[in-house]
Amino acid sequence: MFDALDPIILARIQFAFTVSFHFIFPAFSIGLASYLAVLEGLWLKTGKTVYMDLFKYWLKIFAIAFAMGVVSGIVMSYQFGTNWSVFSDVAGPVIGPLMAYEVLTAFFLEAGFLGVMLFGMNRVGKKLHYVATLMVAGGTFISAFWILSVNSWMQTPVGYELAANGQYLPGDSWLEIIFNPSFPYRLVHTVLGAYITTAFVVGGVGAWHLLKDRTNKHARKMFSMAMWMAALVVPVQIFAGDMHGLNTLEHQPQKVMAMEGHYQSHPDGAPLILFGIPDSEAREVKYAVEIPKASSLILKHDLDAPMAGLDTIPLDEQPPVGIVFWSFRIMVGLGFAMLGVGLWSLFARVRGKLYDWHWLHRAALVLSPAGFVAVIAGWITTEVGRQPYVIYNLLRTADAASPLDAPAVGASLIAFVVVYFAVFGTGTWYILRLMSKAPQAHETGVKRGDTGPIRTAGITPGPTQDPGNLSPDSLSSIRYVEPASKEDEQ
Amino acid sequence: MIDLTTIWAFIIAFAIFAYVVMDGFDLGIGILFPTFDVGQERDRAMNSIAPVWDGNETWLVLGGGGLFAAFPLAYAVILPATYPLVIAMLLGLVFRGVAFEFRWRDPAHRRFWDASFTAGSIVAALAQGMTLGALLQGIEVTDRAYSGSWFDWLTPYTLLTGVGTVAGYALLGATWLVWKLDGDGQAHARKLGKIAAIATIALMGAVSLYNLVLRPEYADHWLSTPAIYWVAPIPIATLIVAGFLWHALSCDRHSKPFWLALALFFFGLAGVGVTIWPFVVPPGLTIWDAAAPERSQVFMLVGVAITMPLIIGYTAWAYWVFRGKVGDEGYH
Ligand code: HDD
Ligand code: HEM
Ligand code: HEM
Repeated sequence: MFDALDPIILARIQFAFTVSFHFIFPAFSIGLASYLAVLEGLWLKTGKTVYMDLFKYWLKIFAIAFAMGVVSGIVMSYQFGTNWSVFSDVAGPVIGPLMAYEVLTAFFLEAGFLGVMLFGMNRVGKKLHYVATLMVAGGTFISAFWILSVNSWMQTPVGYELAANGQYLPGDSWLEIIFNPSFPYRLVHTVLGAYITTAFVVGGVGAWHLLKDRTNKHARKMFSMAMWMAALVVPVQIFAGDMHGLNTLEHQPQKVMAMEGHYQSHPDGAPLILFGIPDSEAREVKYAVEIPKASSLILKHDLDAPMAGLDTIPLDEQPPVGIVFWSFRIMVGLGFAMLGVGLWSLFARVRGKLYDWHWLHRAALVLSPAGFVAVIAGWITTEVGRQPYVIYNLLRTADAASPLDAPAVGASLIAFVVVYFAVFGTGTWYILRLMSKAPQAHETGVKRGDTGPIRTAGITPGPTQDPGNLSPDSLSSIRYVEPASKEDEQ
Repeated sequence: MIDLTTIWAFIIAFAIFAYVVMDGFDLGIGILFPTFDVGQERDRAMNSIAPVWDGNETWLVLGGGGLFAAFPLAYAVILPATYPLVIAMLLGLVFRGVAFEFRWRDPAHRRFWDASFTAGSIVAALAQGMTLGALLQGIEVTDRAYSGSWFDWLTPYTLLTGVGTVAGYALLGATWLVWKLDGDGQAHARKLGKIAAIATIALMGAVSLYNLVLRPEYADHWLSTPAIYWVAPIPIATLIVAGFLWHALSCDRHSKPFWLALALFFFGLAGVGVTIWPFVVPPGLTIWDAAAPERSQVFMLVGVAITMPLIIGYTAWAYWVFRGKVGDEGYH
């Protein structure tokens, strides 16, 4: 049934689908791992149980998100070969080593210390446990470092030589390849994006519990911490995004033309199109709401600077405008909405009303998924904006694909879609269920002497036959007891 | 002659061996899971691997990522050639990976997640074994690309290697549980271990004999003189290890069966190495044909030399932290 479809389109949809799904989890777990490290650090320093309670509360959520990040990530590391084998062959000598470094320096670190972080508190003691938490958090950052270096090299390739067999070979300097021109910008912008994503999730959960009970001290603590992040980091992110855009203008001008909706060149000052409907047939943005000359001002810091448009680029080298134009606006729009909430929270804080203004809490709740939408929208801008190339100006996407027929790619695409929605949808639901319970005071371990199986695990619950210990809310205790399920009685 | 490419071939082989034995016992526990009693026995079996499975699976990423980096052409050929197997393996790993967390989150659907833990483990093990078989039987390559047809990977031989891998993983899983459990659970694991040991040894033997007729050069690697003097110790050692394994399973040994199962896998993989060497993708591509340029190999070798001792160190530490019988001394 897929014979009529182009296998390359299917492969692109499959890659975009699996990588977007994957990125949702790291976007959350990069931020959450650092947040956990901060909570544990504060607990060690101040000894206040509220930090430990929050740590245990978020740790359970982290465990689920991390597991989903890992399994979807393993899929990614094989997708290059399954769907883009030509690309793998020709680019392998350059990007393969960077990805190998990611495995060696990041994945092993995360995975090696994850078990201790999740289950080992009582076995290794506080200090070593904190080391494990720091290693996991560090690992997530190192992972982002390498994979973004890879992606950035594909966007702005430098430091390579072309071999006779068609392969790109590394030149003299690996540093030049790793720190390619778009990498520093992309790293900063993406990692900040992950922090902001997490901040809004934590803030949204805090807001939700504040709406139910404004005296809840755990909810207050997390809401306050998250709103500090929102107020301080979102402005930095907008600045970083602006710098990123300027860098893109230098290295990938057609991408910026598509983001801006500039079909035509503007010899004396280009307008900033706020909204409109790009029409690639007519080569204009319909119903445009625009600010004259503002685009030149932002991008060139000069009202009258001339700006080239897509009319200067051959048709077969232009990215699709509509997707890039819209996804960019979604990201920027959400960025400003988040900025608004951050500033509002500052104002509330100054007035001493941070925990009282329900409309602020409602706004934070509404924006809790905004980070995810913004990071995915940002990636769509980035990746679609570099089309029709996988390696910018060097290798076309159409020439990079595996020799596979449409039915094979289509069938696997359907399998991925079905499995991902079912499995990761269920996992997300479990996370939401955990979030809907308020964190409890003194989430300490169950008393000694309890019988029944214990998860090596510890923090994640194991069942027990003892109905006397029923306490669903001690969920986050080191060991958790739940009512005997039917299964256990058999 | 030891050159960089040879060194890299051994590094990849080491990653694959590490993966096979470490994730092998995780997957093996998944394969055997339905035979354990619902409740305590299952929980303990799961708990014995909960803190380490993620680290174990990372060796798969190193195997794949290392192949991509050190032998990009091999990576680019093998994955399209075994496309359905790879996709099936990945989806299997998704199901078994999330089951670790999900089964504790949702007692009402624990049965479902237990079943997906098992199904995911079997699919992943079968797909891995069949991929190995597909590689050994040969992959058609023209102009640096896979040029065979869709179902080349599906033959009686690959089914044999697939089932053999399932049996082997079950053996690893059972012997791991003999080590980590006590009481009834341990007795049960011991019984399973014996069945799995018979199946594994029989299937290893069958695959080995099949290899001799699979491709003419394979028979040469084993039977021509003087090669035979060099390689004969492998099957002999395998048989000796098999004997010890049987003995250790029969008497009251705790960790010994596991170590002997590892040794069995070691010699099995050494056998694969003898069969396939010097090809990475038989019949056309030797490791030198597929190798990345020297600059890539050197750069990564530096990374491996620095990080690998650390990785082995902290991985060993993580295992040490969770040493001992599960449940028995409690984890407080
Ligand atoms: C919470 C996340 C988040 C927020 C609020 C923003 N971004 Fe962003 N943006 C990302 C998360 C992100 C990202 C996921 O990190 C991307 C995708 C790829 C990349 O390099 O960063 C991205 C890409 C990206 C690009 C594409 C660069 C390229 O492809 O070469 C530009 C120009 C901007 N961003 C600019 C902005 C501006 C001006 C924002 C102002 C509001 C903004 N972003 C908010
Ligand atoms: C950082 C590592 C990444 C690498 C190495 C990478 C690489 C690639 C490759 C090889 C393609 C295929 C070419 C194509 O179809 O355009 C692609 C496409 C795509 N990627 Fe990425 N990607 C990365 C990250 C991401 C992330 C995190 C996302 C989203 C969250 C993303 C979204 C997409 C999308 C939407 C496409 C499809 C574009 C299109 O086909 O028009 N990418 N990327
Ligand atoms: C095509 C691109 C990508 C590939 C091939 C890939 C590969 C992987 C793999 C194999 C894992 C599992 C590691 C383990 O076993 O522990 C993983 C997890 C992870 N990846 Fe990706 N990844 C990609 C894109 C990204 C991007 C764009 C980021 C961040 C900017 C990222 C950050 C992470 C992090 C932090 C983890 C740890 C698990 C988690 O936090 O959920 N990855 N990735």
